[in-house]
Amino acid sequence: MEHDVSYVRTEMVNAQAAPASERGVVKWLRENLVATPMDAILTIISIALLVYFLPSALRWLFIDAQWSGSDRSFCATVAQGGAQPDGWSGACWAFVKAKYEQFLFGRYTISERWRVVLVGAMFVALFVPLLIPRAPYKLANAFLLFVVLPIVSFFLLVGGYFGLPRVETQLWGGLMVTLVLSFVAIAVSLPLGILLALGRRSDMPVIKMFSVIFIETVRGVPLVTVLFMASVMLPLFLPAGVTFDKFLRALIGVALFAAAYMAEVVRGGLQAIPKGQYEGADSLGLSYWQKTGLIVLPQALKLVIPGIVNTFIGIFKDTSLVYIIGMFDLLGIIRQNFADATWATAQTPMTGLIFAGFVFWVFCFGMSRYSIYMERRLDTGYRR
Amino acid sequence: MASQDIVRHDAGSRSSFLNDPKIRGLIYQTVLFVLLVAFVYWIVGNTIENLRRANIASGFGFLNNRAGFDISQSMIEYSSDSRYSRALVVGLLNTLLVAVTGIVTASIMGFLIGVGRLANNWLIRKICMVYVEIFRNIPPLLVIFFWYFGVISVLPAPRDSVQLPLSSFLNNRGFFLPKAVWGEGAWLILVGLVVAIAMVWFVVHRARKRQEATGQQFPVLWTSAGLIVGLPLLAFALAGFPLTFEIPTKSTFNLVGGFQIKPEFLALYLALSFYTAAFIAEIVRAGILGVSKGQSEASFALGLRSRQALRLVIVPQAMRIVIPPLTSQYLNLTKNSSLAIAIGFPDLVAVGGTILNQTGQSIEIVAIWMVIYLGISLLTSLFMNWFNAKMALVER
Amino acid sequence: MNKTVKVVLGVAALGFAASTASAATLDDVKAKGFVQCGVNTALAGFSAPDDKGDWKGLDVDLCRAVAAAVFGDATKVKFTPTNAKERFTALQSGEIDLLSRNTTWTLSRDTSLGFNFAGVNYYDGQGFMINAKKLPGVNSALQLSGASVCVQSGTTTELNLADYFKANNLEYNPVVFEKLEEVNAAYDAGRCDAYTTDQSGLYSIRLTLAAPDDHIVLPEIISKEPLGPAVRQGDDQWFDIVKWSLYAMVLAEEYGITQANVDEMKNSPNPDIKRILGTEADSKLGTDLGLSNDWVVNIIKAVGNYGESFERNVGQGSPLKIARGLNALWTKGGLQYAMPIR
Repeated sequence: MEHDVSYVRTEMVNAQAAPASERGVVKWLRENLVATPMDAILTIISIALLVYFLPSALRWLFIDAQWSGSDRSFCATVAQGGAQPDGWSGACWAFVKAKYEQFLFGRYTISERWRVVLVGAMFVALFVPLLIPRAPYKLANAFLLFVVLPIVSFFLLVGGYFGLPRVETQLWGGLMVTLVLSFVAIAVSLPLGILLALGRRSDMPVIKMFSVIFIETVRGVPLVTVLFMASVMLPLFLPAGVTFDKFLRALIGVALFAAAYMAEVVRGGLQAIPKGQYEGADSLGLSYWQKTGLIVLPQALKLVIPGIVNTFIGIFKDTSLVYIIGMFDLLGIIRQNFADATWATAQTPMTGLIFAGFVFWVFCFGMSRYSIYMERRLDTGYRR
Repeated sequence: MASQDIVRHDAGSRSSFLNDPKIRGLIYQTVLFVLLVAFVYWIVGNTIENLRRANIASGFGFLNNRAGFDISQSMIEYSSDSRYSRALVVGLLNTLLVAVTGIVTASIMGFLIGVGRLANNWLIRKICMVYVEIFRNIPPLLVIFFWYFGVISVLPAPRDSVQLPLSSFLNNRGFFLPKAVWGEGAWLILVGLVVAIAMVWFVVHRARKRQEATGQQFPVLWTSAGLIVGLPLLAFALAGFPLTFEIPTKSTFNLVGGFQIKPEFLALYLALSFYTAAFIAEIVRAGILGVSKGQSEASFALGLRSRQALRLVIVPQAMRIVIPPLTSQYLNLTKNSSLAIAIGFPDLVAVGGTILNQTGQSIEIVAIWMVIYLGISLLTSLFMNWFNAKMALVER
Repeated sequence: MNKTVKVVLGVAALGFAASTASAATLDDVKAKGFVQCGVNTALAGFSAPDDKGDWKGLDVDLCRAVAAAVFGDATKVKFTPTNAKERFTALQSGEIDLLSRNTTWTLSRDTSLGFNFAGVNYYDGQGFMINAKKLPGVNSALQLSGASVCVQSGTTTELNLADYFKANNLEYNPVVFEKLEEVNAAYDAGRCDAYTTDQSGLYSIRLTLAAPDDHIVLPEIISKEPLGPAVRQGDDQWFDIVKWSLYAMVLAEEYGITQANVDEMKNSPNPDIKRILGTEADSKLGTDLGLSNDWVVNIIKAVGNYGESFERNVGQGSPLKIARGLNALWTKGGLQYAMPIR
């Protein structure tokens, strides 16, 4: 609007940049590190701690680490009978390098290890497409992964048929055992857990009772005792002379244990489904299994994806306990190698444990990130 | 279920009693029941047959036999002449000891880290996040090994112990502290403490009455703290300072005297605390986030200070969200303490395992384990349910 | 639930579950085609897998001897590594046919665990090992007052240790682990001052330590530890086979029959040797046992006589270099005395 008042500006003032303290790095620093005196103190303490620990940790891990070598002398100081200068301390990656095949396969017959690699490759080939939502043929893919692959893997890993030499399960070890145990336990515990959860919410008292007792008993005791039971007591439960392979016994123990935890997660989902959904399904004339399979479970499972994945992560971590009943999973075989005289040094245990921790961490962290992704994707927005 | 209300048109002619959900349910249940009974019968039959064939004595009579082995750490008097039952009690007490100390430490750490993840300070937030993401994603057994093999076993031997302030020592045989030796008249301190607690209770009671009646407040916290610290101190002074310290000293093999914390216990305790703290931190974070923002805004509008708002409004509501998952974390910690067997800490499972080896009574030992752990779970759940009910929202 | 049970049983039927045994172990063994033998997880010289995964050791040789006696083929044996806790249930349940795992013969194991010990393949005693470099001047177990002692849990060793220190009025601090490997690692890391187990075990473990020469075995022997193979009670035929397989090895040494000369010895005119090797006309000693008549020949061809097995695994031919001592033949001042084959 035109005007002729001389003391009023006729054009807009150009927008000015925000004050220096309110923008860019300075603003971020001020708000995030030194907002209050307390914050400033905490920041200083944290930085001091990081400066103290981080460089020495990095030096130990990378700079001073011994990357190659053939025995303990490469990772021990002169006083300990090695070649390193006194006072040296660093990760002994040479140990991991020398043993990594054992960490992967245990004592699996060397000439037969291609079979494990093949199973691993098939697993990845089937599993990755299943994880990508856009990849086609989900049903066929799942069928191959959960029905065909286990059967094929069984013949490949155990052998004894089709001209493949048999490899006793006591020779199995390392990451391979960890993965086989977790895959089977996960694959068994989900359906079993769903059945137990449905049983617990059933109207039929005997079935309900059975489910409740099973779930609560298993959840009330440590996995170690379940594994001991599987390894020490199971043989007594069977008729004279019928014996189960130790690996199978551990598998049953872990799977039953996982199923009880899974059942409680699934039950949480079932309880969260509004009554209207059940009644709606009933009014459409669906049978119990149609109602459960088509209406209730798809909604319930979607709600509890984080819980299910957390249980998966728990199972994956729990497989490390089979070490206690004398099987050598990844952690067990690394632990066993601490005692190997060719490699026993002060640095070996820490190196091995950090390696094991890293491998476990990658798997578990991957699972939890994927679950967050799936949760977002499947969120139809009707939760708050 | 409502499905029996559905009437099908063709039901009249062909409907059999099999279509009645009640009867069908009955059939399912009978089948399951019969299968279960048959299964149990089969197992029990096999077991009895196996035991008879192997000539193994069964029953709990062996618990009265002499144990014959020593246990490295015991809270009650125990020697190799004690009975198996006493050895099991020693194991149980050790389990409880590590569980209780672990729970206390894990709760404190978890609370601090959980609050830290919501802090305004970016650095603190990130450090806490890294901590949580690391410890949540590795097996507890690995954390135990980390402390035991990675940290404690690389400490120096007793002769080159690391000397810490207050005459305490750290070496690969554990952590050695001066032991307090109470002299004559020390009972007065206990009396002082009891009197102080009684007085605090009285003060709290009166203060609340007065606030309700007049609205005036009384500095309860400072008074209580003063009473609880002051009275025992006064008693201590009156009794003539009856306290001396026994300082650990070096001998041929180990440090002797003083108060010793064994490395196995130390590793297990630290590992369980660090591991569980990550989970508790997430629970605490979820609990605080779960209290809606309107609550704190409303309390500021009422003129509460931020500490008051936290104590009187936010925390009580967050507690309700926190308690159920916290209970299961406490139980998990207790159950994870059975991993002690991997590093030779004599907990219930480790001691039971030794007895199992010596007597061959595997069924009895596993049964004892199960009953005790189930009992602990049940008692903890009952207590936490009671606590939860007490904390629950009283709706009017 | 049902689905899973089916899957599990299916897997089991496919081949995980091994065998159905009845009372006659020999028939089962013949039916399945191999002897399932329980051995130690890793105790160099007694039973431990070598670099290629082949089991080697004195206890392992006994397993092979039994397989050779039954099948004439010492490779028809499978090994189940067992730890101290599993070994007894494994035998009781029939998972293994024979337990040859440096197990001490005691009355209670003979009775309440339901075993029969088929003999003694190593006379041992419990001793102590210390690091002489770190503990100069300690040269007797009686000086161990106040020491931390590493020991494996659930063994007779643990009980003897308690009794010994009690009897001598000494204080000690037990450091107890479940697994042998864990005890070794703890001792090597300096968690304890002394290590106690059977002396043979100490020599074997010493080799696996970082600096074997720093460690010495103290002279005291605090217990009797007759180690031998065990079988289930109630199957006398199988018990006899294991017992006489062991005796045959000892007798072969006594009569100078070795792996190298066993074929020549078949022509020996000595009636004792003829009886042992089953070359006597109308001999039925082997068939009475349920085996072939050349069973001893098969054993000796496979593993040699007791002396050869001893020297190869734990004696001068091995890194352990244990002297024969109590395990010399009775004719040479030892305790190895085999009942006559006739």
